[in-house]
Amino acid sequence: MTPAIEAVGLTRSFTVTERDAGLRSAFGGLFHRPTRTVHAVRDVNLRIEPGEVVGFLGANGAGKTTTLKLLAGLLHPSDGTVQVLGHRPARREPAYLRRMALVMGNRYQLQWDLPAVDSYELNRTIYQIPRDQFRRTRDELVELLELGDLVRKPVRTLSLGERMKAELVGSLLHQPEVLFLDEPTLGLDVVMQRRIRTFVADYNRSRGATVLLTSHYMADIEALCRRVVVIHRGRILYDGELSRLGERFTAHREIEVTPADPAVDLSPYGDCRPCGDGRSRIRVPADEAPSVMAKLLAEVQVTDLTVAAPPIEDVIEQIFASNAEVLP
Amino acid sequence: MTGLPAFYLAAARQSVIQRFSYRASNYLFMAGMLAEPVIYLIVWSTVARAQGGSVGGYTPGSLAAYYIVWTLVRNMNVVYAPAGFEHRIATGRMSGRLLLPLHPIHYDLAGFGGAKVVWIAQWVPVAAVLVLVFRPEFHFTVVGVLVFLVAIWGAFVIRSLFLWLIGLVTFWTTRASALFELYLVLELLLSGRLVPITLLPQWMQNAAAWFPFEWTFGFPIDAVVTPRSPSVLLTGLGVQALWVGIGSLLLAVVWRRAVRRYTGVGA
Repeated sequence: MTPAIEAVGLTRSFTVTERDAGLRSAFGGLFHRPTRTVHAVRDVNLRIEPGEVVGFLGANGAGKTTTLKLLAGLLHPSDGTVQVLGHRPARREPAYLRRMALVMGNRYQLQWDLPAVDSYELNRTIYQIPRDQFRRTRDELVELLELGDLVRKPVRTLSLGERMKAELVGSLLHQPEVLFLDEPTLGLDVVMQRRIRTFVADYNRSRGATVLLTSHYMADIEALCRRVVVIHRGRILYDGELSRLGERFTAHREIEVTPADPAVDLSPYGDCRPCGDGRSRIRVPADEAPSVMAKLLAEVQVTDLTVAAPPIEDVIEQIFASNAEVLP
Repeated sequence: MTGLPAFYLAAARQSVIQRFSYRASNYLFMAGMLAEPVIYLIVWSTVARAQGGSVGGYTPGSLAAYYIVWTLVRNMNVVYAPAGFEHRIATGRMSGRLLLPLHPIHYDLAGFGGAKVVWIAQWVPVAAVLVLVFRPEFHFTVVGVLVFLVAIWGAFVIRSLFLWLIGLVTFWTTRASALFELYLVLELLLSGRLVPITLLPQWMQNAAAWFPFEWTFGFPIDAVVTPRSPSVLLTGLGVQALWVGIGSLLLAVVWRRAVRRYTGVGA
């Protein structure tokens, strides 16, 4: 199958000026400005099949947004190649731009002074959407996102969440086949986040759209993505199933046990912490987990026992905080 | 209607709606725009009277006509300025425009083109008052008026193209306002904005011929203010078309390089 997105050796560097704080340094900058090269994205290889929803994870400055901009065609690669839907994005061919959308959670594309419906009408002419199809899609999106008459109020009067939903409608009127979502739930409350998540999942299902999503909210990723790509300092660190991320990056497992006798001492089996209702959580090295469990079952009378990788938030936090090595 | 014409119509319509929602701002803008030509008019009328009734062939009446038409031409010449590029980049709006399947200049041509409808509607009563106060002497001919009606839009397109070119400098430096200031100084001197071209020293008139400025100010104004033959007027439209061609070509070349340089710092 032809991939929807394919990047090989994708690299983007920037030359940035640097100077110290203060007047002396500012004055010196009139004559000489030291620069340094920042490698925002380095040698990224990525292949995403049509209809996949992939989570793109990374700390601030890891290279997520730069990668999305390269895939969308906003930035030209310094090196490497990229194809999206068979197009080279950097050429910014109208035929390509009509098939994709990049939605950034903190950006305004709707006209501030006018109701969103006026901006939608302008988008209809830009994307040359047949009028009937436009009305159908607009009404469907407005209903799915429960916007109602809000699209008839000036955008400046909408709340952040309402505006984000209105922006999302505007970005999807042309029914893009590939959707790049850069933190679409940024700054939204929990209810609104959930609504947008449901909407993205529905959109992916109903249109078969390919979605690449970045978010700092793990709930977004867990709800939408089976596959995640982790980027760290511009390089891909992990590309695989979300469920296996913990196995790859954590060297321990957590055994949750409910002993029949709540007073029994479990500390000889590992790093033990009580977690309420008579249960305890024992942290053990991953390769020792089977033998510890066997020993526990043999020596202690238990009413319940489960083993799990640590919560995904903990794994991600650990990766971002560490100097993890890039996968070969 | 489909394609680019449909977009222009929709964007112009949107721009008109937007302008109408800020009436007070429009009137204040118009008032600010009047101060400049009225000052020039008073200064040059005084000079004309001091020199026995005319200066460089302009009488106080033709000078009044010149600067009253000037107010409309100046309004037509208001286009998207380089400072706007800086704002667009800083706020991330430029990234949004770059992702549309349409060259972003169309957005500005259509938006500012639509705004002209509102400005012209507001200009008519202002011009009527100026006519009553300053008693202008026009030299209307059918060809002159027709050429004027085309030339003011030609002026709008030429100025849009060249200020867009300056705006694109922001793709390299993030700041283009200083270059815009330099452009404004040259334009003020060599366009007919500060003073009719024929009142300039000969060497400045010669220099002006090498720049597009005259075709955005002096030429449209003189089409209805000074007697000119149809061939001169039509040649003027031809020169405007030439500058539109030069501007478009330069823009196409610079644009290709600019988008390669774009770093999307604001978004």
